[in-house]
Amino acid sequence: MILRHPLFWLILVFAALMAFAPLRANNVSLREDLILVALAIILASNLNLMIGYTGYVNFGHIVFYGLGGYVGLYLATVRNWNLVLAALAAGFGVSLFALALGMGILRLRGAYFALATIGVLQAVQSFVANFDPWGRSTGMYVAFDAYERLGGARHALWITYFLVIGVMALSMILSLGIKISKFGLGLFAIREDEDAARVLGVNTTVFKAIIFSVSAFLPAVAGALMFYKNGMIDPSIAFEFMLSLEGIVMLMLGGKGTVVGAVLGGGLYEKLRSYLLTSPKFSNFQLVIAGGLLLLVVLFAPGGLIGWIYRIVPRARKVIE
Amino acid sequence: MITLLEVSGVSKRFGGLHAVSDVSFILGEREIMGLIGPNGAGKTTLFNVVNGVYKPDKGTIKFAGEDITNRPPHQVVHLGLARTHQIVKPLQDMTVLENVTVGACFGREYQPLQPARKVALEVLERVGLAERAQMSARSLTIAGKKRLEVARALAARPKLLLLDEVLAGLNPTEIAHMIGIVRGIRDSGISVFMIEHVMQAIMSLSDRIVVLSFGQKLAEGRPEDVARDPQVIEAYLGDPDIAEKLKEKIDGRGTTG
Repeated sequence: MILRHPLFWLILVFAALMAFAPLRANNVSLREDLILVALAIILASNLNLMIGYTGYVNFGHIVFYGLGGYVGLYLATVRNWNLVLAALAAGFGVSLFALALGMGILRLRGAYFALATIGVLQAVQSFVANFDPWGRSTGMYVAFDAYERLGGARHALWITYFLVIGVMALSMILSLGIKISKFGLGLFAIREDEDAARVLGVNTTVFKAIIFSVSAFLPAVAGALMFYKNGMIDPSIAFEFMLSLEGIVMLMLGGKGTVVGAVLGGGLYEKLRSYLLTSPKFSNFQLVIAGGLLLLVVLFAPGGLIGWIYRIVPRARKVIE
Repeated sequence: MITLLEVSGVSKRFGGLHAVSDVSFILGEREIMGLIGPNGAGKTTLFNVVNGVYKPDKGTIKFAGEDITNRPPHQVVHLGLARTHQIVKPLQDMTVLENVTVGACFGREYQPLQPARKVALEVLERVGLAERAQMSARSLTIAGKKRLEVARALAARPKLLLLDEVLAGLNPTEIAHMIGIVRGIRDSGISVFMIEHVMQAIMSLSDRIVVLSFGQKLAEGRPEDVARDPQVIEAYLGDPDIAEKLKEKIDGRGTTG
């Protein structure tokens, strides 16, 4: 049972701290920092379900985030839906899309699957850039009075912040729940040896399709919230390939396959990136650092931070999932 | 004898190669059946066809009264037909216990996680891997990995177990231990269908033996009969003259002695 797992309670405490730290200090810039950390954790955790748990490297994971943003923004502004409903609808819609997509491309393995995910990202981006209802390449804007329904823009920003923190907590709980479940065990078997898993009785086709679809849900919800908060969306920021790659760096840095690793990697990398981006000396240098980090991690600590901790303190395996 | 597995007229081709041609046999409950034949005879292919990894081009396979000819492997396991691999396929980065738990979780009884762990521990005890339960599968020796294959398959609580060369690469002590395990499996009511090259072992373990050569069934019968079959001797030694001489020698010994 997940309720008996200490990590479950730690996740709740962590999320509560994240939520209330900027509120207490009434510090808007801290809030803007933390929402990016939360987003990094959401993307890394859900990507982890594919890369870390199932062993399928998804280079186009950001497509779910971008599509979620588009669907959410469309429903919330053009159709005047309530924000939470629009975000949920985006989540379910994109999950269904992922399920259909997964049935096709999950037949591929290894490098071929990874290549296909890049293709999907490019294809979706081109499609959206030519899709009239979504504003083609200029994208969509949130009219300022749309925030009025949430009690004005100032209020709306806080509300979306809390919602994003909630999605972050759910991402971590989802990762933990799957990791300690029978479903998770089946995924790990697929990761280690898909043919062996099949012979042991795991319905690999269904398992892979489900996890692919699940890994799309929360990033899509987060996309809807984030782009609503930012007030605009266009194809180049919604489907940014670099963000997809950085998600992989975060995961490798923290330790793929672990709940805590995705959180550590996401949080640390985001902090580092925002430092590099804002410091005048290093601006636009963050991708060089990301590449270098990835190289170092793959060469010297393939298990990431968590793998390194496991190696030093083997007992940690039992505590840190 | 109650029929458990019925293979009739099964063929499997890979391009121009007839890996298995028109093979039929019946395996009964609580029986140990051996499958022998020279390298490349199609033994492992036959296993792969039986458990659903390959679809046969022709023929049908019935297991416990059900037609499993076109069932995928994961469904075949649920019906109670588990197997091991000749080239071991451990789930490397998982512990020995987790490996076996996968077998119990997704096997015939489709156990929830907690009871599956209990089954896994019992099975590990049975194959002598209990002390290594918490080690990663990667760190096992080849003998350990072979036992792990057997343990995983057993954890599925099968009615029939396909063992693909579980003795290959083991030293005499390890072979003796594995033979003990196989006997134990049969005594617990599970039928066994095994491929083996260690002749002494398969001759002493099997109730009956099927011989394959170039994909065709060459002989079937009790071990002592199969061992004297000139066609079988020819398939193994390759030269009909040697086979003929050997036969004369055996027959000669039979009449004079």
